[in-house]
Amino acid sequence: MSTVTDCIVEFRGVEKRFGRLEVLRGVDLRLERGRTTVIIGESGTGKSVLLKTMMGLLRPDRGAVFIDGQRIDTMSERQLVAVRRRFGYLFQMGALFDSMTAGQNVAFPLHEHTDLTDAEIERLVAEKLALVGLDGIQDKAPAQLSGGQRKRVALARAIAMNPDIILYDEPTTGLDPIRSDTINDLIIKLKRELSVTSVVVTHDMTSAFKVADRILMLHQGRFIADGDPASFRQSTDPRVRQFVSGDASLGAGADRVEEASHDRPQP
Amino acid sequence: MAFDLAITNWLAGTGRFALAVLTGFGDFWSFAAAATVRSVPALGRRRDLRRLLPQFHVVGASSVPVILVTGVFVGMVLAVQSVEQFQAVGLANRMGVIVSLSVVRELAPVLAGVMLAGRVGGALTAELGTMNVTEQLDALRAMGSDPIRVLVVPRLLACVLLTPLLTLYCDVMGVFGGWLISVPVFGVPNWPYWQYTRLALQSWDIGCGLFKSVFFGATIGLLACYKGFTCRQGAEGVGRACTEAFVSGFVAILVLDFFISLFLKGLYEAIWGFKIIF
Repeated sequence: MSTVTDCIVEFRGVEKRFGRLEVLRGVDLRLERGRTTVIIGESGTGKSVLLKTMMGLLRPDRGAVFIDGQRIDTMSERQLVAVRRRFGYLFQMGALFDSMTAGQNVAFPLHEHTDLTDAEIERLVAEKLALVGLDGIQDKAPAQLSGGQRKRVALARAIAMNPDIILYDEPTTGLDPIRSDTINDLIIKLKRELSVTSVVVTHDMTSAFKVADRILMLHQGRFIADGDPASFRQSTDPRVRQFVSGDASLGAGADRVEEASHDRPQP
Repeated sequence: MAFDLAITNWLAGTGRFALAVLTGFGDFWSFAAAATVRSVPALGRRRDLRRLLPQFHVVGASSVPVILVTGVFVGMVLAVQSVEQFQAVGLANRMGVIVSLSVVRELAPVLAGVMLAGRVGGALTAELGTMNVTEQLDALRAMGSDPIRVLVVPRLLACVLLTPLLTLYCDVMGVFGGWLISVPVFGVPNWPYWQYTRLALQSWDIGCGLFKSVFFGATIGLLACYKGFTCRQGAEGVGRACTEAFVSGFVAILVLDFFISLFLKGLYEAIWGFKIIF
């Protein structure tokens, strides 16, 4: 395991199940401040559930989650607001609000949580969109944007409130290799320019090797490997080797987790 | 042995069904309570009021044509069905009484409610359901916002505040439709038509219809939003939620109509006694 100096996120024995399906089976995790941690694993092994548990969108059945030493899994929705404002979350499909323009999407958290004037918000929106290379598309509707542009607008929205931690849920899924690399460069750029802690969930190994300071592999609800990108390339664990090389014979049936997590009751 | 097993399975199935129904019922009421509690302070906050205006357009302005058409045809059909019977017993002058009272007390609120359950309820469920399956609700929570406050409260308030107004439009058009058939088409004298209507139709009757429509509006808004928030994944999930929202909204309006009418009738008679309309 890597040496932990300044821990910003900590999971202690976290378990989560949907119906009869165990998704997380006693996960222990400590994430260092200012570093990019990539979590890899098959589709449906609970990676997104892990991210959602990290910011209190899902509550664990057992165990505890700490952000900067503060336990968050027992907090009320109201108390969680302050915690969530420290996070930026890039959803897999972007999750932009269809009824708003790109600019209004980025402005949304600023209108919600600050008392800034419209002019100040407009300036900040332009600044955030410029950071993701999309200044000038403020008035376009999400439907008019390409998949890559939508993800970048969603990223601009995620960083609108200057978060300490950015969670990326499969940021390159569904994008061509060039657009994927643009997103990878953005992840690196944001880490460098905003000094944020990043957690990236992906099964795109090219992306993982490019952006990661540390890689963890989730398999059947537990971490089975933890190390820097070089150690993953040289791993002798057959499960890691199969995943890294894209061998199709690894574990069928994991998709059930994804289905179960989507069927969860709404708050 | 096989019989025992069949009984056990039946009992277990019934138990599961009862549990699911009760859980759904409880979930709906906690959702409704959360939305209601957040609605009151929203009326005093500029940020929330800004969200209300687009919903006024969706729920109110866009529904006006369909409500006007519903109203005028309801009034017309009522007159067509009854005017000759009234003429046969020599009571044609009182046509306005029966048409206006039927429209204002019952038909306008219920039919306006049903039209809104279909037009607005379906649209709200589809919109929120799609937001749910595309993780937009989670995105709201992730940004530290409360989806009930941001999404449900403006839609609920628009339904509660505008259903009575739309019912009033329906009232006016229904009375006009009844007049159109009775007076110009069937030759009922104009002056007695309005004179008897004026005598029989009280503010109480109009108020009863509007009072009901407030509850119908709340029912439409809450059911549509709840179904959208709890719909299952995929296009099928959203489609099913829309159907459920309309059917449950329709049934709830009819059931509520019966009980509210019963209550209002009892209240009227307790205060003023039995009312003879002829």
